[in-house]
Amino acid sequence: MNSKLQKQLLKRSKAAKIERLGKGVSFLALMLIVLTVFAIIIFVTSKGLSTFFSNHVNVIDFLTGKNWNPNVTNAKGQPEVGALPMITGSFVVTILSALLATPFAIGTAIFMTEISPQRGARILQPVTELLVGIPSVVYGFIGLTVVVPAVRAVFGGSGFGILSGTFVLFVMILPTVTSMSVDALHSVPRYYREAALALGATQWQTIYKVVLRAATPGMLTAIVFGMARAFGEALAVQMVIGNAALLPTSLVSPASTLTSVLTTGIGNTVMGSMQNNALWSLALVLLIMSLIFNLIIRLIGRRGAITK
Amino acid sequence: MLINPASTHQDDLWLERHIVDPSQDNRQPIILETKQLHVYYGDNEAIYEGDLKFAEHQISALIGPSGSGKSTFLRSLNRMNDGVARVAGQILYRGVDINRPEIDVYEMRRRIGMVFQRPNPFSKSIYDNITFALKRRGVTDKKTLDEVVETSLKQAAIWDEVKDQLNKSALALSGGQQQRLCIARAIAVKPDILLLDEPASALDPVSTGKLEETLTALKSNYTIIIVTHNMQQAARISDYTAFFNMGRALEYDKTSQIFTSPKVQLTNNYVAGDFG
Repeated sequence: MNSKLQKQLLKRSKAAKIERLGKGVSFLALMLIVLTVFAIIIFVTSKGLSTFFSNHVNVIDFLTGKNWNPNVTNAKGQPEVGALPMITGSFVVTILSALLATPFAIGTAIFMTEISPQRGARILQPVTELLVGIPSVVYGFIGLTVVVPAVRAVFGGSGFGILSGTFVLFVMILPTVTSMSVDALHSVPRYYREAALALGATQWQTIYKVVLRAATPGMLTAIVFGMARAFGEALAVQMVIGNAALLPTSLVSPASTLTSVLTTGIGNTVMGSMQNNALWSLALVLLIMSLIFNLIIRLIGRRGAITK
Repeated sequence: MLINPASTHQDDLWLERHIVDPSQDNRQPIILETKQLHVYYGDNEAIYEGDLKFAEHQISALIGPSGSGKSTFLRSLNRMNDGVARVAGQILYRGVDINRPEIDVYEMRRRIGMVFQRPNPFSKSIYDNITFALKRRGVTDKKTLDEVVETSLKQAAIWDEVKDQLNKSALALSGGQQQRLCIARAIAVKPDILLLDEPASALDPVSTGKLEETLTALKSNYTIIIVTHNMQQAARISDYTAFFNMGRALEYDKTSQIFTSPKVQLTNNYVAGDFG
């Protein structure tokens, strides 16, 4: 009698087996992703560093050099791989588009959450979701046919340049920043608003002094997310920025970004060659920057969590 | 005898009401009065004719089971239901109907303040919490602000506990302190009437006791209307008590009257603990 019970209890049941299997499968899925991420980081790092170790380019020269022409060797006998024009281009379009997008995004988010939540949910929510879903090549194409001629007509120059890149990126990151700002505003508890209104504050005072203050960490995260997206965007920017690896002299002079040089150059170089290695170094800079953006987002998130 | 109000069919029981006018037996003038107040959430009517008069410098308690409409009624009194529910009828504040659309709700809410169920200080310093509303009204003089902070915190009986840490975050205070801070914040704009929506429901007994002392002390300067789930609390601090049931004020009388010899059968059942 007792031994029968013992047998039943010691035998692994079907449910327990399935549970083990489920745990195993989800752990494998997790490991696959972690391994992929590490593989990418290791690969890009080793490839990117070979410019400095195999081709003996000075890191400082790489980051501060103003001439990008990997086929030509300079007076020191080293290839001309100064990445400063591209690094500058990437940062300038990122910062300008974020500066442009932030007020629009916050305004839209306030309208959607505070002023007209019903209309916001019915009209603006689908519109922003649609904007996120449009492929970047479409944005680039519109930029090429509409923004570039418009910039040329208004600001002069060829129309290709940082300004056109900024406008295109502005439209591309706006939905990201907006929808994340909406989430940040939604997460401000209702009783904050009630507290301010019950003290006789107007709706605008409540929004400006209470809701926005409480949502600041979330808003900053939204902006940094938008910047990360702008920094990494390749195709649309490449189509409108002019792709001249020159230090930009004005907003309408042709320029380039890390990503645009990568997309135009990667198909025209031979794997393992100096020219190819130089491009990998640019990719490494991009990777490091996106890691930094991630770090900033996490730091802001933690800061916000403490003050709440 | 146990009566379930939802299942009773005795119409006379429903019509049985007893509402007094506090100005009759007390020399204080009426400061707030509702006439034919109806509140609708969409198509659902939450309040049917709550006709009550509140006298100046009195504490009036609103009691009743959950869903009886007492909180909805209270929130209508300073238009906190705007945008949430439709409020029909008149709310006369010193004779002026404040339920008209042309009333400036922000100015009105300065005179009729509210403290909520859950302590809701802003994530700012204690000082900035108190001065928030004044600064929004353009008061910038440091001396005036300092004075208001001190008097409000003293009136709310929390000054001694926080006077050395006015620049500390209000969120670092205990729940009971936060709630008294919210009262101080509400009286910083010198309102006429203070509405409190179950202010002690999130507090422990010791904090509740302090809060009740605070309210009793505030009575000489303010008119207080308080919603409470706690009948002992109503009995301890209020002068008048209104019993709400299913969206209707059924009985409104002196608190001593309500708790010793209520005139309405349902009130009697409720205060005796038969339902609710």
